[in-house]
Amino acid sequence: MVLYELFDYEVLRVVWWVLLGVLLIGFAATDGFDMGVAALLPFVAKTDIERRVAINSIAPVWEGNQVWFILGGGAIFAAWPPLYAVSFSGFYLAMFLVLAAMILRPVAFKYRSKRPDAGWRSRWDWALFIGGFVPALIFGVALGNVLQGVPFRLTDELRPLYGDPNFSLLGLRFLDNLIQLLNPYALLCGLLSVAMLAMHGGAWLGLKAGGVVAERGRAYGSIAAAAVIVLFAVCGALLPVMVDAYAFADPASVKVDGPSNPLYSAVTKGGDASWFANYSKYPWMLAAPALGFLGALVAFIGLRAGWEAPTFIASKLSVFGVISTVGVSMFPFILPSSIDPKSSLTVWDASSSHQTLFIMLVSTVIFLPIVLLYTAWVYKVLWGKVDEKEIEANGESLY
Amino acid sequence: MEFDVTSLSRFQFAMTAMYHFLFVPLTLGLSMLVAIMETVYVMTDKPIWRQMTKFWGTLFGINFVLGVATGLTMEFQFGMNWSYYSHYVGDIFGAPLAIEGLMAFFLEATFVGLFFFGWDKLSKRAHLATAWAVALGSNFSALWILIANGWMQFPVGAVFNPDTMRMEIADFGAVLMNPVAQAKFVHTVSAGYVTAALFVIGVSAWYLLKDRHSALAKRSIAVAASFGLAASLSVVVLGDESGYSASEHQKMKLAAMEGAWETEKAPAGFTLLGFPDQEARKTEKIIEIPAVLGIIATRSLTEKVPGIKELVKRAETRIRSGLIAYKTLKKMRADRAAGKEISSVDKAVFDTHMPNLGYAFLLEPHLKDADGKAIDVTKASKEQIDKAVPKAAWDTVPRVSPLFWSFRAMVALGFYFILFTAFFFWRSSFKGGQFSRTALRIAVLSIPLPWIACELGWFVAEYGRQPWAIEGLLPTFKAASSLTEADLWVTIIGFVALYTVLLIIEMRLMVKYIGIGPYLDDAYVEEWERKRAAQRAALNHSGAGPSPSATPAE
Repeated sequence: MVLYELFDYEVLRVVWWVLLGVLLIGFAATDGFDMGVAALLPFVAKTDIERRVAINSIAPVWEGNQVWFILGGGAIFAAWPPLYAVSFSGFYLAMFLVLAAMILRPVAFKYRSKRPDAGWRSRWDWALFIGGFVPALIFGVALGNVLQGVPFRLTDELRPLYGDPNFSLLGLRFLDNLIQLLNPYALLCGLLSVAMLAMHGGAWLGLKAGGVVAERGRAYGSIAAAAVIVLFAVCGALLPVMVDAYAFADPASVKVDGPSNPLYSAVTKGGDASWFANYSKYPWMLAAPALGFLGALVAFIGLRAGWEAPTFIASKLSVFGVISTVGVSMFPFILPSSIDPKSSLTVWDASSSHQTLFIMLVSTVIFLPIVLLYTAWVYKVLWGKVDEKEIEANGESLY
Repeated sequence: MEFDVTSLSRFQFAMTAMYHFLFVPLTLGLSMLVAIMETVYVMTDKPIWRQMTKFWGTLFGINFVLGVATGLTMEFQFGMNWSYYSHYVGDIFGAPLAIEGLMAFFLEATFVGLFFFGWDKLSKRAHLATAWAVALGSNFSALWILIANGWMQFPVGAVFNPDTMRMEIADFGAVLMNPVAQAKFVHTVSAGYVTAALFVIGVSAWYLLKDRHSALAKRSIAVAASFGLAASLSVVVLGDESGYSASEHQKMKLAAMEGAWETEKAPAGFTLLGFPDQEARKTEKIIEIPAVLGIIATRSLTEKVPGIKELVKRAETRIRSGLIAYKTLKKMRADRAAGKEISSVDKAVFDTHMPNLGYAFLLEPHLKDADGKAIDVTKASKEQIDKAVPKAAWDTVPRVSPLFWSFRAMVALGFYFILFTAFFFWRSSFKGGQFSRTALRIAVLSIPLPWIACELGWFVAEYGRQPWAIEGLLPTFKAASSLTEADLWVTIIGFVALYTVLLIIEMRLMVKYIGIGPYLDDAYVEEWERKRAAQRAALNHSGAGPSPSATPAE
């Protein structure tokens, strides 16, 4: 027996499906509040010093938080190579927009305070806003599309081909591919995502910022929290109406430890398939949407009442609940294909090899706790509020 | 040049990667230098070292942030533009990228915030630890990305799985211990150290020319010159030539770099100057140094360095072997699809020829019928194959003269860096830090040179890898995503616009902050001097002599 066979292939696949969720949630729960603060910037902070309060509340931590995004890319590459190959080439221009916005963000943080003139600073404020709002919107839109299935198919040699031959609005393939992503249901999911991160950003400002910025952060955050509750409910209610679900044609024949070749199993789209089927099969999964609602509700109350840490934790839990809901609803599907259901990627046929999953698990088990440990230490060192007094006192060394 | 999806994708990747690498070498080296300076500060408690740490730290930060921002593109671009590549080798190639994130990016990114914002929140030693964490994180990230890159040059420890139509890991230890990756790692981080050393020396020289901050500038030169001398010796002596004998295409790359068309008898001479001619398949040699190439490339006097023509002959054999693998693979897959067991004979044949499977793919562009439609490689007639094989084999030869010249320019720069850092090391260590104005001017003008050398190095490594995306396994044209040319034009124009604006802003900020000079921690220096004076007074009072203390900051 070789070492990696300590764990069954099936078990490792489920573990990596969970870890995929952990990474997405880690990203949304940490970098999410950075994006939320950036997207709220024009609303919560009017003067330069107010903006600096908001920006400096996230200044020392956004960089570490952003690594969740990069790690997400790397881990998908390592553990779910077909997902990495299909999704990023399929969402090509959307992905470019995300990258461009996310490239602006670090530069804006670092360079904004390097010159005092108002024009310079206001341009970087716009860059920050774009860097927060655009990715938040596109990530939600992307998940909305994943729920509906994406127009790709795999050739016999497993080359992904992208594009819906029946969809032609402008007659230009590259623009049509982008426009097709912006369908009503996906946009609704995009709004939910923006509301969720704005709630999270508001909760962060309530915790870390002082004075008027914190007050406005709470005010806008509570509106966002209310929007999360409404939009999450609407997305859920419309899901069976607007979206075709997917299911294996013959679930009994699916090999959970078979080779990662999506074409080996037949998949049906629509019909009896339902994204709610898992909840009757495994009722404990209802915890995910419940947490999404409950977290947002507590965050709403907390933001109104002026609680600090409990609000932020509640908002985190809401993020956790909402994202997990997408995952557990679709399980075992990861990326269904709308034009060729057989090509759909699932937990059982889109992973890397048994050995690679094991190696990656070992690396994660070693390094992730260390990362969490020193990240917690850094947050502890930085504990305390950022307010206008601090900016005035230490202006030179802050953003 | 044809503007098809593959060449546009190559152009975009080259552009974004080379742009990213404008910021990486300075991050690698300056993070180390800053950590060294802060170590001296913590050990000696002299304010000037704190000032140096903060000043070079500020410039480090301006540079670092663009390295991070442009690194985002690199992490996702494989999936966006090279989706078949991602599918085909993701099982092996993805792991080092993910581990890089876990082990390196979190470390540097989490602590870089504390480095800049934690001066008043941490003890001296704790703050020093953040500086080292940043330096360590940056260098770890180089390690993992070069393990990934080394595998593209020399793909060890992987086997093809007919069921999943991709390469899968067989021996992760071999991937980690890949000799090409190790040579590349040492070479690349050393190049980063040299870059930072020349940057620090150049900026300090500018201050000395302007008669500003001379105490800071001289100390900075002393640190950077000794660091840079060690690094530039390492970058040349431990150059990654040692990796070039590791595999067949690395040998081809070496032969192309040398313009060596014929196999010469051992030990081969090094063509210092010459004019390679791709069409005539020969190199007009002007100056040749006997035996040097053989010694560098093979570390022996008796081993031959194979020339391009011999390597092309070998490629022909491999293409024919690959064709057998490809045909057997089709048969095995057809059997599998029909629900039949794969015969053990087929399996054995495939396993024998599997290492050459990628060579069969090279035939694809050369098998077209009269209408220009592609002919299935496994169904082509014997005549068609016979005609295509030599063409495909010659495809394994990269363009010689760009490699030949880039390599020579890089090596010449490498030797210049040794002389340069040795000179400044000698003047700072033994001549009391006195430099002539000419030397200082040369130092300022030399600032861009390491960047040129770094980019040339990457050009040689990656352009020389062509026609392969993964050497011997997957040709570049097969690795690209099935995008449209319009997709590529949108992103190329987008990246060029965004990156150009950011580069201009970055350069201007750099110049501005160099112009402003070190941030004077007046309150801190006064406090230090007051304490020092009190100490001295106490010492004098107790009858001991005055302590031989250093002068504080200017």
